[in-house]
Amino acid sequence: MKTIDLSTASVRDLNQALHDQVKNLEEREWVVTHPNGAHNLAVGVNEAVSVDIQGHAGYYCAGMNQKASVTVHGNVGVGCAENMMSGYVRVKGSASQAAGATAHGGLLVIEGDAGARCGISMKGIDIVVGGSIGHMSCFMGQAGRLVVCGDAGDALGDSLYETRIYVKGKVESLGSDCIAKEMRAEHLEELQELLNRAGFNEKASDFKRYGSARQLYNFKVDNASAY
Amino acid sequence: MCGIVGLYLKNPALESQLGKLFEPMLEAMTDRGPDSAGFALYGDEVGDGWVKLTLQATTENYDFKALIAALESKIAAPLDWFQNASAIVLKIKAEEAVVRAALGELAPTVRIMSAGKSIEILKGMGLPKEISKRFGLGSMTGSHIIGHTRMATESAVTMEGSHPFSTGADLCLVHNGSLSNHFRLRQELRREGINFDTENDTEVAAGYLAWRLQQGDSLKTALDSSLQALDGFFTFAIGTRNGFAVIRDPIACKPAILAETDDYVAMASEYQALSSLPGIEKAKVWEPVPATLYIWERGART
Repeated sequence: MKTIDLSTASVRDLNQALHDQVKNLEEREWVVTHPNGAHNLAVGVNEAVSVDIQGHAGYYCAGMNQKASVTVHGNVGVGCAENMMSGYVRVKGSASQAAGATAHGGLLVIEGDAGARCGISMKGIDIVVGGSIGHMSCFMGQAGRLVVCGDAGDALGDSLYETRIYVKGKVESLGSDCIAKEMRAEHLEELQELLNRAGFNEKASDFKRYGSARQLYNFKVDNASAY
Repeated sequence: MCGIVGLYLKNPALESQLGKLFEPMLEAMTDRGPDSAGFALYGDEVGDGWVKLTLQATTENYDFKALIAALESKIAAPLDWFQNASAIVLKIKAEEAVVRAALGELAPTVRIMSAGKSIEILKGMGLPKEISKRFGLGSMTGSHIIGHTRMATESAVTMEGSHPFSTGADLCLVHNGSLSNHFRLRQELRREGINFDTENDTEVAAGYLAWRLQQGDSLKTALDSSLQALDGFFTFAIGTRNGFAVIRDPIACKPAILAETDDYVAMASEYQALSSLPGIEKAKVWEPVPATLYIWERGART
């Protein structure tokens, strides 16, 4: 196990060390101490290592992650796991805005709340939030699944493509072209599997499903006011 | 981009360390605002009938001693003052309007940064570290303080264009973001009798709040109506005589984070600025919800 103490080392030291060693993979377990809200921690890691961040992280934590498993024992700032390709990111606290933005794959679990624009333009990632999410979440979500055990803010799933959204609590309002949909057996199954993987003791049958009405895919003049 | 920081002490025993606790918070926001910085300190209240003003010279080596002598002969009132770098804090037993009129006549180039019972606004160009050193922030005492580090986008980098901006007696505003309707709003507010020293967008927001408060709005009502009147992005921190408030625009593009313990409430643009505070590991830390007013005030002091 390798420990990097950010009260003495720089973020560049950490990220460079993570990138350098993945060619040979001498160290699979990394611990980061005293992060103190620093930005860009464990960004662009592209091997199956585990990184344990012991404290709060700043912006873009675990951004562009591939294969790695990153756990943050605290809160994260804007853009956690943004553009993640694969792997696993777990935030023990809450996340700020745009968590999981544009991400293509992997699993992001936020045990607390997530701020506005959670999963904006998500392209295949699975996001499971233990608490609530802010406004404009899943805007233009293209693929993947967003699971919210609490409530969702205004304009959920605006201009949605094919992301499936599951919310247990209240939805403040749905965005354009986002509608509540029937929960069929295959949805209950995939949701329960996601909840189990995320380690949340929740029942899939307590959730509602939301998805795209598919009316805004192609421009129709009748829909002009919805854009 | 700009940085905002605020620290409100719930535990009076910490008041002697306010500057020491706040200095690293301000400096931690250097990346967000390296061109100028400032802060509004609350404490050392003046008594009944007295007013406290912070004046800042716009020229080097300004002769404040001569100004005070001229002021004393113009207004026969007890006064006390001290200089801090390019600024002075003036305490005088007179009506604020009388002092303002006299200063306007005697020293038109000197800027009145703040007025009230408690507030002192100190700001200038340079790195946050230089500003805190220039004014001796680390040894300051008081009940609460809000600060700002500026990366200018909307107007010139000048002392006058840096934050905080006064919005009335013991009130001030710091802003992260940009306003797009400030030009027209400035014209409208000028017609209402509000004066502006700069082309800065935040000064317009400050002027708007000052105007609403003059019209009899409470701070809450004034801030709620600012959500309608101001077009643009903002996270505001507002200093009041007894506390401070935080509000973000409904879209909430600009960051903010709050932390609370038994000893203090702290606010910053980024968590990094809070990490030096004692007991932060165990603090309640959260992101303020958009278009929602958060306010902390202690009971009015007598």
